[in-house]
Amino acid sequence: MLLDHAETVALALSFKVSLVGVACSLPVAIGCAWLLARKRFFGKPLFEGLLLLPLILPPVVTGYILLIVFGHHGAIGRWLDAAGLSIAFRWTGAALAAAVMAFPLLVVALRNAFESVDHRLENAAATMGAGAWRIFFSVTLPLSLRGLVAGLALAFARAFGEFGATITFVSSIPGQTRTLPIALYELISTPGGEGGALRLTLVAVIVALLAGVIAALMLLRGGTREAEA
Amino acid sequence: MIELEFALQRGEFSLELQLASPARALALFGPSGCGKTSTLLAIAGLLRPEHGRISINEHVLFDSRAGVDVATARRDLGVVFQDARLFPHLTARENLRYGMPRNATARAFGDVVQLLQLSTLLKRRPGQLSGGQIRRIAIGRALLRQPRALLLDEPLANLHREAREEVLEHLRGLKREFALTTILVSHQPDEVIALADQVARIEDGRLVALEGIETFGAAAKSLDAPHLHAAG
Repeated sequence: MLLDHAETVALALSFKVSLVGVACSLPVAIGCAWLLARKRFFGKPLFEGLLLLPLILPPVVTGYILLIVFGHHGAIGRWLDAAGLSIAFRWTGAALAAAVMAFPLLVVALRNAFESVDHRLENAAATMGAGAWRIFFSVTLPLSLRGLVAGLALAFARAFGEFGATITFVSSIPGQTRTLPIALYELISTPGGEGGALRLTLVAVIVALLAGVIAALMLLRGGTREAEA
Repeated sequence: MIELEFALQRGEFSLELQLASPARALALFGPSGCGKTSTLLAIAGLLRPEHGRISINEHVLFDSRAGVDVATARRDLGVVFQDARLFPHLTARENLRYGMPRNATARAFGDVVQLLQLSTLLKRRPGQLSGGQIRRIAIGRALLRQPRALLLDEPLANLHREAREEVLEHLRGLKREFALTTILVSHQPDEVIALADQVARIEDGRLVALEGIETFGAAAKSLDAPHLHAAG
């Protein structure tokens, strides 16, 4: 199965957009997941609901909100344009859409991972002089590693398959914003595009399956360890 | 001097203690659920009293009137938890070094490793250690913190007889080698007699007696002192 040039470009773009998107959402997701797992605060259910919104909203709505905020005339977009950092209709915009759509999956996976870490170990670290940052990086995060990897795999797959928000926000520009799902959609809509559509479908299935297997392995092994403990 | 004068509420359970002990090694003795471990956690800063004052050797850790509540990480205490709480992802060596002050010397590390006979265990993770070995690493880790006081929560609990003897012997050695203020939580008279200088007997969250180890030991040896054989 050999991809033609346009399909290869779409595949490479999808990898770039997904990797950058997930990498950018990771620090924010870690912070939010830690807050949800370890802190009680007023409005926590509302905060959690807001974080999950991209998972629940129709992707087109999310894309449209991104367009309103980050488009050329958007509240933030006009400032980015003025600074020469425009993201609308560019691959960076596609990465932002991927980051937003993958974000809730990361938060959910990380929250579960943090909650599964025995809080008493963190207390033990505190008695040994460790502050909050050291406790997080030396105890909480290493013990959440399986959940983190599982979350990254699922988030990557979600970002890789992102379509609705991306096409609404950054359209379908070859080499810039035409990711694999958008290229697939274009091929389906084009007479004679069935072969290419089938090839891209196969690639999408393989990537999703790999991500699913990684996530399952991580969560399964984590579960086995907990059961043994 | 160990000064504990505080009130603490945990759900329905209320703990109110008032004691001042000049002992270097004080045991908190009593049956399960009497408030011994809660007292230890309050000293460590892991439970916050409603009000009162906690100080060890003139160092105030908590004083509600003066608005003092030193953070757990800054209390400079070495805590050995009943369940050891070694970090499962770290080797024994990494666990031992976790709380070491930056200015601690390699010799200090070596001394503790030698005292507790840990040299063959350093590369192992907690999952590869026996109960007695885990407890020894936990004790070493607390010592290497170079604490102002050592808090031991049932250090021999859930160990089989041989491991219990092994750890007890190390704790005796520790008492001889280190001039360290120690607070021991236990419901085992023999453990208390071996390690403490003075005993605070606690029941239902209240201090019922503060007695020297000789008095406690004499009573414990007497068959007519069933109150000392606290149910664990």
